[in-house]
Amino acid sequence: MLTCKQASQLISQSLDRPLSWYELMQLRLHLMMCGACNRFRKQLNLLLIGLRKIRTNIENNSAIHLPLDAKARIVEKVRSDQQSQ
Amino acid sequence: MSSNVNDWLNDHGDYLYRFALARLKDTHQAEDAVQETMLAAIKNNSFEGDSSIRTWLTGILKHKIIDIQRKLIREQPISDIIDLDASDESMDDFFDKTGHWLDKPQSFDMPDHALEQSQFLSVLDACMQKLPKKLKAIFMLRDVHEMENENICKELDITPTNAWVMLYRARMGLRKCLEMNWVKG
Repeated sequence: MLTCKQASQLISQSLDRPLSWYELMQLRLHLMMCGACNRFRKQLNLLLIGLRKIRTNIENNSAIHLPLDAKARIVEKVRSDQQSQ
Repeated sequence: MSSNVNDWLNDHGDYLYRFALARLKDTHQAEDAVQETMLAAIKNNSFEGDSSIRTWLTGILKHKIIDIQRKLIREQPISDIIDLDASDESMDDFFDKTGHWLDKPQSFDMPDHALEQSQFLSVLDACMQKLPKKLKAIFMLRDVHEMENENICKELDITPTNAWVMLYRARMGLRKCLEMNWVKG
């Protein structure tokens, strides 16, 4: 029997690697009986959905611009780099 | 050549900056990433006509973002982040000795209402900023940049087990932070 600690580790790892057949069976068995770990799994999913939303919100935010001074700095940096070559 | 850079920045600078900012969460680092991208693009002008300039520049930028995260992680040996008994001792905050939850995870959902949702996202964002620097860096690569785990291990020169442990710790910390700071309306 998996402990909640082991189950939570497998749930997290399932986001990073395919679980083995045996691990999956153990995890399913545990999740059938454990409300807390089910909620943990939902929390992780929500976390990922939220992160993706934050990312796309920034990507699509037309109010965010490359600051003008940064732009000038970059152009200047490229110029000085080329001259030093 | 530097007139190229002017054009690129005019046409794609904002896009590249937002792309970097969404993944690095730091305005200075995002500016640096765009700068490094321009320097690399000028240096080996490998642009081939079969993709758009923007796609080409974004491809370079992705590598620069990883470079920056890698530098953050390498500032200290990786062993400092993982702790010696990462698989056991460091999770004591969350589980008792028999492996049961000390505080059972609570259920919460993404709010439907736009205002509430943006509040939820800003709590999540603040929680992410609170992660230890190196943990945040690998977490950002995996869960925000959505880089393959295998590539993360290769880039950062860590084992898959190290990566799983670090990601687990970051996710555990984040969801706990959410639980403590997100009060359902």
